[in-house]
Parts: sequence; structure tokens; C-alpha cells
Amino acid sequence: MAPHDLRRPFKRAAISDQQRRRDLTLQRQAQGRRDAQQQARCLASTVLSLQSQSTQPEYEPDIELEPESLPDLLPEQEESGASSKDLDVRHASKLKGAEARKWFARQLMLPEWMIDVPDCLAQDWYVFARPAGKRCFVVSSNGTTVSRQRNGSILHRFPSALPNGAKTRDVSGPSQSYSILDCIFHEPDQTYYVIDMVCWRGYSLYDCTAEFRFFWLNSKLGETGACSPPSFYHKYRFSTVPIYNCDQSGLSSAYTGALPYVKDGLLFYNKHAHYQTGNTPLALVWKDENCSQYVIDTDSKGQVPSQQQVVLELQDDGKLITSDDPPVVFGCLDLDFIQKEIFYVLLLVMEVEFVDGKLEKVDLHYLGKVNRARAFPDSYSKMLEALILYEKKGKKKLTTGGIQISYAICFFEHAFSLV
Amino acid sequence: MFSLLFFFFYLFRLHLLIPGQNDLLNAAMPLSDHLTFNVFRYNMAMEVTQVLLNAQSIDGNVRKHAEESLKQFQEQNLSSFLLSLSSELANDEKSVDSRKLGGLILKNALDAKEQHRKLELVQRWLSLANNVKSQIKACLLKTLSSPVADARSTASQVIAKIAGIELPHKQWPELIGSLLSNIHQLPGHVRQATLETLGYLCEEVSSDVVDQDQVNKILTAVVQGMNASEGNNDVRLAATRALYNALGFAQANFTNDMERDYIMRVICEATLCPEVKIRQAAFECLVSISSSYYEKLAPYIQDIFSITAKAVREDEEPVALQAIEFWSSICDEEIDILEEYGGDFTGDSDIPCFYFIKQALPALVPMLLETLLKQEEDQDQDEGAWNIAMAGGTCLGLVARTVGDDIVPLVMPFIEENITKPDWRQREAATYAFGSILEGPSPDKLIPIVNVALNFMLSALTKDPNNHVKDTTAWTLGRIFEFLHGSTMDAPIITQANCQQIITVLLQSMKDASNVAEKACGALYFLAQGYEEVGPSSPLTPYFQEIVQALLTVTHREDAGESRLRTAAYETLNEVVRCSTDETAPMVLQLVPVIMMELHNTLEGQKLSSDEREKQSELQGLLCGCLQVIIQKLGSSEPTKYVFMQYADQIMGLFLRIFACRSAAMHEEAMLAIGSLAYAMGLDFAKYMLEFYKYLEMGLQNFEEYQVCAVTVGVVGDICRALEDKILPYCDGIMTQLLKDLSSSQLHRSVKPPIFSCFGDIALAIGENFEKYLMYAMPMLQSAADLSAHTAGADDEMTEYANSLRNGILEAYSGILQGFKNSPKTQLLIPYAPHILQFLDSIYMEKDMDDVVMKTAIGVLGDLADTLGSNAGSLIQQSLSSKDFLNECLSSEDHMIKESAEWAKLAISRAISV
Repeated sequence: MAPHDLRRPFKRAAISDQQRRRDLTLQRQAQGRRDAQQQARCLASTVLSLQSQSTQPEYEPDIELEPESLPDLLPEQEESGASSKDLDVRHASKLKGAEARKWFARQLMLPEWMIDVPDCLAQDWYVFARPAGKRCFVVSSNGTTVSRQRNGSILHRFPSALPNGAKTRDVSGPSQSYSILDCIFHEPDQTYYVIDMVCWRGYSLYDCTAEFRFFWLNSKLGETGACSPPSFYHKYRFSTVPIYNCDQSGLSSAYTGALPYVKDGLLFYNKHAHYQTGNTPLALVWKDENCSQYVIDTDSKGQVPSQQQVVLELQDDGKLITSDDPPVVFGCLDLDFIQKEIFYVLLLVMEVEFVDGKLEKVDLHYLGKVNRARAFPDSYSKMLEALILYEKKGKKKLTTGGIQISYAICFFEHAFSLV
Repeated sequence: MFSLLFFFFYLFRLHLLIPGQNDLLNAAMPLSDHLTFNVFRYNMAMEVTQVLLNAQSIDGNVRKHAEESLKQFQEQNLSSFLLSLSSELANDEKSVDSRKLGGLILKNALDAKEQHRKLELVQRWLSLANNVKSQIKACLLKTLSSPVADARSTASQVIAKIAGIELPHKQWPELIGSLLSNIHQLPGHVRQATLETLGYLCEEVSSDVVDQDQVNKILTAVVQGMNASEGNNDVRLAATRALYNALGFAQANFTNDMERDYIMRVICEATLCPEVKIRQAAFECLVSISSSYYEKLAPYIQDIFSITAKAVREDEEPVALQAIEFWSSICDEEIDILEEYGGDFTGDSDIPCFYFIKQALPALVPMLLETLLKQEEDQDQDEGAWNIAMAGGTCLGLVARTVGDDIVPLVMPFIEENITKPDWRQREAATYAFGSILEGPSPDKLIPIVNVALNFMLSALTKDPNNHVKDTTAWTLGRIFEFLHGSTMDAPIITQANCQQIITVLLQSMKDASNVAEKACGALYFLAQGYEEVGPSSPLTPYFQEIVQALLTVTHREDAGESRLRTAAYETLNEVVRCSTDETAPMVLQLVPVIMMELHNTLEGQKLSSDEREKQSELQGLLCGCLQVIIQKLGSSEPTKYVFMQYADQIMGLFLRIFACRSAAMHEEAMLAIGSLAYAMGLDFAKYMLEFYKYLEMGLQNFEEYQVCAVTVGVVGDICRALEDKILPYCDGIMTQLLKDLSSSQLHRSVKPPIFSCFGDIALAIGENFEKYLMYAMPMLQSAADLSAHTAGADDEMTEYANSLRNGILEAYSGILQGFKNSPKTQLLIPYAPHILQFLDSIYMEKDMDDVVMKTAIGVLGDLADTLGSNAGSLIQQSLSSKDFLNECLSSEDHMIKESAEWAKLAISRAISV
């Protein structure tokens, strides 16, 4: 039991540089592990195949870029080691130019027109008023935010308060994280109304139910400050839309409720449905003149013309198809015609002929090329919806093939009359 | 192939050195390396005296032969070997030397420094026949009454060692009683030996294995032995030293006012004993009480101040040093408590702060300032120096940290009065006082003073004729830069106006005597550090080249080996590089070939003496450290990384040569540097793997220098992330080694949690190829998980270890789960899911996890859902983790925990929605 040594460090720094080197290395390794984990968590869970288009060779519907700039994209694509078929969202968020357009053009979930009232509407569905405006995908990553329209073309490129949406100094979370929102840009108040959340801070919500996505959207968006008024680092305001259960009061709120935006119909989302790209019967749209100004084509006097325009896609074999999966064939064109036309998406005129109140036949007449920004033909439900509205406007009763249609109309007329 | 390789691993079990888990230790008896056919049959017991004496012979051959004989005897018949040693020790007719060595060998047969060896020896003693143990113990107890002091003292230590082994096993229950019986009637030398034995016993045995009744008896005997009425100073000294160790047993007695008063009174009286050793031992007791029973000190603190003040001013140095240490120790306590209060003074710390230092301040500070004038001539050159001036200055620094601003007005007059005096002692003391109070008081209070003093300091550093004054001045400048310079300060003390002058003075001082130059390097270190987050442009940029050149010149000074000057110069160079900006990146790049050349030169030397080899390896360590810092710096931005890569092959070549020229011991610094290189290079690092692999394996096998092993485990992680699945060909070897490490009883337990994390790194890198290791890794993880659940809560240290273990296990699960995601083999993991969920639930229920574990754990819940999807959906929904735990994490204040929890929530919602 010798006396105990009580020497204390004298004129010495509390920590040696060697210990500092060790500590810094451990920090770097821990960060590396976190990043690798984060990447694994984001990457593999968001693998999204492009919808396979085996019946049709890939093509670029609208070429905004100079043709010679296209080959530049190819090596880049090879470097990333992924063909455009199995690009995941993470890679896609880095795509540029035509590649990005092509990819994003296929990623939106598109509602069918409501021609039938689903069972359990009140229990299993949400309803909300669709803001009038341009439907687009908003992607924030690497300090910038880009919005892309349905055809993939860029609407805006701007700084935003979304995660990694602006080059501000206080970045929370890893820099590679990205977010993707399904929005409608509403011109009058220059606001992006977020109608769905697809990815948030690098985590994919594709496989989550609508119920969860809406919950997440409503709890997360506000945290970022994206709903605040525009500022230097936040050019456009974002906003959520009020979402209701599809019961009587929800329906009436959505249908008649006062909103800061111009309504364009009602959207119905099945609570249990995942985010599915392309047309899906688990998301539905309904319009009438009370809740939309764009119900039906009208002429300059506001009269419904006897013809409604539709857009169908022309295939190699001359078939005209809708955008549905599987597509509905709406007749055939002769081959001479195909040889003359290089555009595959045609603007047609639909002429409906009624005999004794019965839908006798639908005639399609070629009207011309579609606007080059248009990437898709219409869906079958849209065509039927057009027929319904046509019928309604023309006050002619459809008796054949219209049972479901009439039911839908009656349902809503009843529902809304109670409002 | 791999399963064959691993067949024997079924025999291995996870080995974590955790108290109470001894049954896990397959403590095998050490087998002798070679079987000797040399028949060695004479009766060792008869000869043991001579052999023990020969073992201390000056003749090397005789000594070696004797050691050999002892070893053989021990291996052939341990029982009779230990018996003969104990009877040698007990035999008053034998020489002191053979008795002492006999006792020492006996002691070493019971205890060892390395934990695994110690546990082996414990098992070996416990397995001896009872009659053998009784005979040995009888011999030892008998020795306590020997007239030979050395024999008694040796026996006390051996008895304490045996008690340390047996008392926790409820053996030898009569020991304490028999030591204490009749203690008053015993002759003085026996009482002394008995008290010494009790002291050692309290040092060896943990307090929870001695019941309170026996504690009371021990304390009574000890305190009586200390009493002034005890006429025998040897007895009093033994008693006072024994009390020092027994204090840890006195928890209950210290809560009783009367008993505590009595103990404190006896100690205080002992501080006034004429015998200096007793006074010193008594102050040691006070120092120990200051930390163990801080909250009980209030009634005595006034008296203790008087006693310590008198000792500091008048007593001999060893006593005065303990008296100062008492106040340093009180500072330590109060700093800890106030830190726990967290500044808001509403905290509910277990122990309240009594502000002893604040109250004693007006008397304490003058006392400490006086000590500063008692410097020794060469204390700055002498590495081992510790004197009253150094202790007093150190205590003053602690006082400043404890009370903050209040100290400044008490010290300033002393500084002002002394700093310009002709006597160097006064100038040095004044400077030291200034340097000491720079940490603690607020910058608002200090910066105006520093702004005035800075010029004086700079001029003293160049002009003062005295080495000590310059040493302390340079150190004080370093403290100024460490605590008052940096981006967080409102008013910078280094400005465009004085920056150049400061740097010129510091670089000039690097040419001064080695101790002054070392402090100047230190000051530059903190000067650079203050510009760490300065932005794209650093005020140091114009001087960068000059600074680097000056530091390199210092490393080449002939006396750079003194005062750790070379080390300081390289460390400062490292900090200058770390804190450099893009502006100076080209100059950092130019440094690469320079340091490489230095490293190359160390490899050229031939035939070195062991002393030279040690110096060479130290220098290699410094150079590798420097390269590591440079690699990390240049690797952190794409353009510089690209240019740096031209040197990668050569650098790696040098590192490999360092490994090659050092046969066994691996170079931790080179390993760290290689980790940085792999991190910077990514996939390109693959080309070195063939050559590097064997050193990686050697590093993983280095149980003795566990730091090397730990660093190598970290490097495996770096390589996994760099090479991803290109590491696959090396994984069999690496996994074999890692599993061996986990099973080893020798490897320091702190390395084991990182090894689990490393499993995760490997799994993440090679994905479903981890399949073949699952059957080995998963059981290891499961048993470690079970262990960690039973370990936590013992004490803070064990809880901390349990948490690092949990974190490692969870990181392994995370990596494995994510690695298997989207693989058709995912289903292989389904059987492990219930256990993982149980583990998460148990962590949650234990309620002692730290934030890191919480974040990792909730992340694993997400990984489980993410990878197993609907296969685990219902299991997850049934678990506690998916409800209460997840909700708690979702509402956490900690950003990282919250984010992990959100991930988990999302992944679960996906898993159950399918």
C-alpha cells in the first residue's frame, strides 16, 4: 500500500492528436455505415420498373432536344449501369432531358372516370376537390426542385423548402435524399397543391396505402416550411388539400365546400390502394358543371356540339387504342393511312348516333395530329364519361348500356341534392 | 468449403468478459508448448530454497536454470509446488530473499494483469484440493506473526489475493473473524501485519461480498489502530493505509452521523501526527473521501481547509501535494455536478452541489498562488516532475473551471504585481496563473484582459531571458487560442492587424529550446484549430507554406526527440492540414511526396538496435498519422482526390513495406491510414487486396495489442463500403477471423461490439452471399443479445458496455436484413425474426438504452419489415416494439431517432398493406 500517485496532466492538452485521429476515423466510419444503410433502405425499396411496353417499340413522342444531343445521354445511361427499364426513383431523380421526360411521363397515377359507384364508397374511399391546373410531379433533390408535367416536360425549376429543395446551408438529412410529390399547379395563386406523396426524404411511399400516404403527407409537409409564403429560398407555396371520408358529409364538403382554389371535379381515392402508375380503377374522377368548368367540350356559345373530341393511339397494325391497361380497341384504320402518318397519337372526332334513344353507334373521324405535348391517348372511361355528359347535356335518356352510368348520375344527383 | 473450414466453430461460444458470466469461460488449463522428455525427478520441495535463491543470482545461467526448474515443478505438480512455496514463506529459519520470492511466485500464481489469464488462475486455485488450500492458508496466517517484516508483508498480500478469489464464492468465511480475534492482545508487529492484511483485503475484495457486521469489525479495528492513543507508529501507519482501502466499505457507516464524525475526527488527528508517512496517508484518506463521500463533507469542510492550508504552507512536499490534491478532487466533483446541472440549475442531479470551492475561494486562491512561486529549476525539461508549484497551478486551473468569472478579480492583482519582476520565478508564476484561469471564466470577462496581455506575451516569448518563462508563455498563448479564438467568438482576438506578428513569433519560437519549441507548436495547433470552420477562405492561407516549412524543419532538429518536440510538430502539421481550405489544397498535395519520402527513409535503415527500432517505429507512426490526415483531407473533395490518386500506388507500397518490416506487431497508424485510403479510393482499392489481405488478417489476429485489432476491424468496414461485393473472395478468411475473435477470451471486450457492426458491413456489401455465414453469425448474435440483456444495470460502466454491445448487434442485424432485401433468399431470415423482435422488445423494456441504441433499434424494426415484408407483418404487429417503442421514438426530440422511427413506421405500413 504505497502512497498513491496523484500526478495530473501538466501543460498538456486534454486529448492527444492520436486519440483525435482515432476518434475522427471512428466518426467517419460511423457516418459511412449510416450512409450505406440509408442508401440500402432507400434504394432497394424503391425499385420501380417502367411499365413494360413490349407491344410497342420505345419512342420519344415529343422531341424538344436537338437530335444530336441524344447520343450523349446513352453513355451516361450505361455508366449508371441501368437500362431505362429498371431505373429506380433514385436514379430517375437524377435523369435529365428527354430521358427524364420519358420516365416521368409514365409515373403518375391516373384516375379513371367514375362510371360506376364503387361498393363501400363511404368506408373505403376518400374524396377531395381537385384543384384546377397542371398536374405534375415535383421532385426535390440536390438543392433544387423541379416540377414536371404529365408528359414529362419541365414546368418550373425553383428553390423550395422541401427536403433538399434549395441550396441552403442548413441541410437536414443526407444530401442524396430526394422527395417526389404528386401535385397540381394552380395558376391563379401560384401554388402547388399536393394531392399525393410518392417519396419523402428518400423513402418510397409507392407501396404504402393511400391512407398512410395522406397521413404522411399531412404530417410531414408542414414540418418543412413548404406551406409558408414564398421567400428567397422558397419560390412557390405548397399546400395540402382537404381530404374527406366519402360519407354524406364528406361528399358534400368536397362538392360544395369553399376552397382557396378553383375546383376541377372530385377525386376519389381508395384508402387501401398503393400508388400505382398509369390508369387505375382505385382512383376515380367525377365532374359536373357544379364542381368543374371543364366538364365537356362546348362551342363558343356554350352549346354542346354534336361532336366530342377524343384522342386515341394508333398502333402499327392500325388498331386505335385507349390508354387503359389492357387497352380497349376502338376500331381500325387502313394501312395506307398509317404509311402517311408519322404521329401515332391521333385526334379523332367521335360522333354518336342514337336510334330511338339507344346508343346505336359511335363514329370516329380523323381530325388531325395532336398537340405535340400530348403523350397519351384518352382512357376508355373518359370516353364513356364524355358520352354520359353528352347525354346529360342533350337531355336524352340512354337506356342501353347505360344502367351503371345512370346509377352513378342518380347517386350523385341524389347525394348533392341533399346538400 | 466454408462449412468445412468452420466445422470447429461449433465448439466456440461467444466470449465476452462480463462479470457473472464466468460459466461461459471454457477456461482450459494452459498446456505446455512442448513435452519434455527430460526426466526431472528430484524432490523439489527439499531443494526449493536453493532454487529460489538461485533464481535471484547475478549469474544469468544459474538464474535461467533455476527459473526452468521452478517452471517444471509447477507444471508437474501444482499442489505440492504451491505448498512448498507457502511453507518456505512461513519458515523463519529460511533467508528473507527466498521467502520473499517464494511468496511472490505464490501471489503470481493467483493473479495476473490480463483478464483472461486472471480468470484461468482463479479457476485453477478453486479446483485445488481443499486440504492443500487449507495448509497453504495456515502457513500464510502463521507468517503474519513472523518477526521478519518482509515475510509478513508478502504473506498479507497473498492472503488478500486468496480472499479475493474465495470470498465471492462464500469460501474462507472465518478469515476476517480469525484475523480480528484477539487483535488487542497481539504484539505490535503482528497487529501491524494484521491491519496491513485487512487493507489489502479491502483492496482485493468487492464491498458487496463482506457483510455489514464484518465491515463494522474491520472499521473498528482500523480506526482504533489509527487513534493517537496507539503508541506504535508502524501500527498507526498500517491502520491509516488500511482505512484508505476500507473507505469503500463504509457506505453505511458514513450515513450514521456519530460513526462518520468519529472516523473523520480520527483522520484529521492523524494529519497532525509527527510521523510524515502517517500524515501523508491520512491526507490520502481525505482525498478519497472527497470523491466518495462529497455530499457528507459539509460539516467538516472548514476544519479540513485549515488543516490543508497549514499542510500546503508548512508541511513536507509529499504531504502538501496530498493536501492540494484534496481541493483538486473537490473541484473534479463540483465540475461534474455542475455539468450535470447543465447550466439551468434546475437539474435533479443525485448529488447536490455544496459550492465548497466558491465558499473557500477568498482563502483558497491566495494559498494556491503562493505555491506557484515554489518552482523547481528544471521542471520543464523533466518529464516525470511533479511538485507543489505544478500541483498548485493545476488546482488553480480546476478552481477556475469550477467557479468561472469569480476567480478573475482574485488572480489579476497577483499577475499584475509579479509579471514584470526581475526574479524569473515571479514572472513565471504570474504567467502560469494567467494561463490557468483561461478555461472557465466567460469570454466576455477574459477577452478584454487578453487583448491587453497579448502583446506582452508575444514579446515575452521572444525576449524573456528565462527558459521557464518562455515555456509557460508559449503554453499560455496556446490556452488563449484554445479557449478564446474560434468562429464562435463574437470579438476575435486574432485580427488582420496582429495575425502576422503572432505567427512570426510562434515560428521564431520553434527555433528555441526544445521545451519552448514544443509549446510553440502547441499554440500553433490551437491557432489553426480556431480557423476550422472559417469558410472558403482562411486567414492562415498567406502563411500556409511558411508554417508547413517551419514545422518540417522542427521535425528535423537534432533534439526533436526531446520534450516530445517531433510529435508536437507533426501533430500541429496534422491540424494545420485538417483546418486548411481549398485555397491551399495544392500545397497540401505538394506535402504528399515530402512525407512519403520521409517514410521511405525510415525503411532504409539497416541493423538497428532495439532502442533505435523503437524510435524508428515511433517516427513511422507519426508519418503514417500525417499521411492519414492528408488522405482524408484530399479525399474529401472530388478535384483534389482525383489529383491525389496519382500517389495512391506508391503510398500503399510504403504501407505494405512497413507491415513487412515489422514481423509481429502491426502498425496501428498505418492501418488507420489504409482505412482512409480505401475510403477515398472506393472500388479502385481492390487492386491492393491480394497483397494487403495477409496484413489485414494479422491485424485481426492481434489479441495482445487490442487497439490494433480494433482499428483493423474498422478498416474491414471501410473496405466493405469501398469494394462492395468485390470483397467477396476475402470474406471466408475475414469471417473466420472475426468469429475467432468473438470466441476469444484473450481479446479485450471493447473490440467485440465493433466486430458485430462489421458483420453488418460485410452483409451489406455482399448481400445474399452472406448466406453461408448465417449459421455462424446468427447464433453468436443471439447469445450476445441474451447476454446484453442480463448485463445492463450492474453499474454505469456495464450499462455503457451493454449499450455498445446492443448497438453492434443491431447494426449487424440491420446490415444483414438490408443485404438480403429483394433476394430470393430472404426467407432464410424468417426463422430469426422472432428472436430479433424479442431482442427489440427486451431492450425497450430494460429502459436503460442510450440514444444511439434507440435509433439503431427502431431502424432494425424498419429493416425487418422492409426485408421480410408480409412474412413478418403479423409478428411485427404483435410486438411491443411496433407500438409503444415506435410511438416513443416517433415523438423523440432527437432528430436521428425520429427519422429512424419514421422509416420504421413507413416500412411497417408497407409490410402490412401488401
